[in-house]
Amino acid sequence: MATQDEIKFLNAPKLGEQKKKYCRFKKMGIKYIDYKDPDFLLRFVNEQGKLLPRRITGNSLKYQRKVSQAVKKARHLALLPYVTDLLK
Amino acid sequence: MHLKINLFMNNYETVFITTPVLSKDEYTRTVKKYTDFIEKNGGEVISKEDWGLKQLAYPIQKKTTGYYTLLDFKLDPLLVKKFEIEFRRDENVMRFLTTKLDKHALAYSVQRREKLNGKTQKTEA
Repeated sequence: MATQDEIKFLNAPKLGEQKKKYCRFKKMGIKYIDYKDPDFLLRFVNEQGKLLPRRITGNSLKYQRKVSQAVKKARHLALLPYVTDLLK
Repeated sequence: MHLKINLFMNNYETVFITTPVLSKDEYTRTVKKYTDFIEKNGGEVISKEDWGLKQLAYPIQKKTTGYYTLLDFKLDPLLVKKFEIEFRRDENVMRFLTTKLDKHALAYSVQRREKLNGKTQKTEA
């Protein structure tokens, strides 16, 4: 069997390199985040229904604030839970 | 009484949840009360959309389902407070949320309505 060091990679393994994060709203040109459709907002909320931080979602500050406002409005209207487990 | 003709009206949209125990005509009467309030006060109801009975993410007033309604309208900003007091006074309405639409939100709501109507027209045609 090929021992560990005999394995040769065709190109260098990209382990350390991190995927370039971008703000999806700027890229797609979305100007308004609707608080009425919960399935879109589910992407910015973790399993317990808590808001994901900017470093995970990759949003710019301006749109992260809009997302958080939209999520809070959706929670008020019981479209999204305040706290839950295994939301997704 | 000096008739205040107010040309400056903002766009608003209100989503409210009514208790599921309401009968059909009670529900229509409740909705009519709010659309009449807007019309009487010189506002204009742009569209009325009901999402029907939906499961609530958490129980409100010990109920797990609610009847959602969306109202798009134009109204004089000073009267919105009175409009909301109507909601607070009404026991059938469990929860309501009025938001002011800026130009992006307005463009979005118009586009969303076309998509919705487009779909219904397609099924009818």
